[in-house]
Amino acid sequence: MKKVYFDHAAGNPLLPDVLKAMVSFMETSYGNPAAIHDWGDDPREALEEARNQVASLIGGRPEEIIFTGSATESNNFAVKGLALARKKKGRHVIVSAIEHFSVLYAARTLEKWGFEVSFAPVDGHGLLDPEEVRRLIRKETTLISVMHGNGEVGTVEPIEEIAKIAREHDVVFHTDAVATAGTIPVDVDRLGLDALSLAGNQFYGPVGAAALWVRKGVRIMPLLDGGVQEGGRRAGTENIPAIVGLGVAAKLARVEMEERLKKLTPLRDLLIEGIPEKVNRVVLTGHPTIRLPNHASFCVEFIEGEAMLMLLNSSGFAAASGSACTSRALKASHVLLAMGLPHELAQGSVVFTLGLENNREEVEDLLGSLPQIIGRLRDMSPLYAKFLKGVKG
Amino acid sequence: MPIYSEKVMDHFNKPRNVGEIENADGLGEEGNPICGDMMSFYITVKDDRIEDVKFKTFGCGAAIAVSSMVSEMAKGKTLEEALKITPESVARELDGLPKAKMHCSNLGAQALNKAIRNYLEKKEKGE
Repeated sequence: MKKVYFDHAAGNPLLPDVLKAMVSFMETSYGNPAAIHDWGDDPREALEEARNQVASLIGGRPEEIIFTGSATESNNFAVKGLALARKKKGRHVIVSAIEHFSVLYAARTLEKWGFEVSFAPVDGHGLLDPEEVRRLIRKETTLISVMHGNGEVGTVEPIEEIAKIAREHDVVFHTDAVATAGTIPVDVDRLGLDALSLAGNQFYGPVGAAALWVRKGVRIMPLLDGGVQEGGRRAGTENIPAIVGLGVAAKLARVEMEERLKKLTPLRDLLIEGIPEKVNRVVLTGHPTIRLPNHASFCVEFIEGEAMLMLLNSSGFAAASGSACTSRALKASHVLLAMGLPHELAQGSVVFTLGLENNREEVEDLLGSLPQIIGRLRDMSPLYAKFLKGVKG
Repeated sequence: MPIYSEKVMDHFNKPRNVGEIENADGLGEEGNPICGDMMSFYITVKDDRIEDVKFKTFGCGAAIAVSSMVSEMAKGKTLEEALKITPESVARELDGLPKAKMHCSNLGAQALNKAIRNYLEKKEKGE
């Protein structure tokens, strides 16, 4: 059976050039970049080359890039580190209700530390109205963090407008750009950002290397104490092979971006148009047009997401879901609930995220298989039986 | 390592006794869509034995496999025997369930129990 991977938001294959660069580095270099002797030269050079490559991807300066171990670390660092560095000025932080858990729970930790947090609501498309953020700003507000692209529903947020409002109020603005950096054009100056999180495994780099970009002059409190790596902002010997991979992936993402967008967007649109055509009672989640180029997400009425993923897997397709049964916490997606979806509809969540190795034939195969998979589960569903009776009655 | 046992996968992929029984002797419903799983069990009873059993389930893979297993375990049993089916015995017959699924998805025994009680109540009332 042919296997098709539509779960790129969760993990990506390494590009051959990325893997090659990593292996070749690991074969020859093992010194510590902090070393004075010759063994430190290669790692130091590799680190600075990667820093340049990542900075170029987002239009930042190399010295503004702090390498971290994961997107989660970058987001924790930003939310806690930027808030802590300003606690004398104020203790109020604003985040959106649909942030990734690494922002949301970092904000909850700030609450335990005596900060106040406001959670900005979103509309039915998962879109945040910048004016909502303006309304939440107080004299004590020091940090606003709103994600650029949402990995669960694909909506891309108006962060340029939000950053402008933050600036007007002299509030620092951070964005979690993990879903967008390396996927769509992101320019820190054009967007007017103060800090940005990105991760290489979202654009065909390895797991274990991510970055936080912090604009020069913006203070941040380090979370890890130790050596003076990363300009004293992130202690710990750098994971250089992974950072080398991140750098090459960033370079390729920048050079190939237009070409990738041209390939992925039509495939996404084929899913967005095709699935509701083939199956009734399916709703697209997230914004219909202002969304990630590789992201198609839906809620299917009367059935549950995990069962759908299992049947999809049996047919050779990998996908994701925000249903309660799929999550380890057994809670329905906070994103779908924040968008106002009822629990039973959120249970039918299914998310397809496309990647460079996908093609039109694979998408058409999915469109061919999906009606049968959904039909099988609906035939078993008491909710569907009730719906059919209601229609007849 | 797969999340589910082979037996769970077998019952999920080929669920036994899916459906509804019109004019069933007993009907039991358990769960709600907020927690994620909902099961409806239908039974017919003859000489205090479960003659036929059908179910409909809204829920995850475990919930569907549990329903199928319960239906298989209940069929042909006396009411007294069928009332002894527990979430634990169902999980055992399925060669285990993931810890997280033990409670929220393992509602089949309760739904069957409700169907049997529904039958007994109706009988008492002489319906």
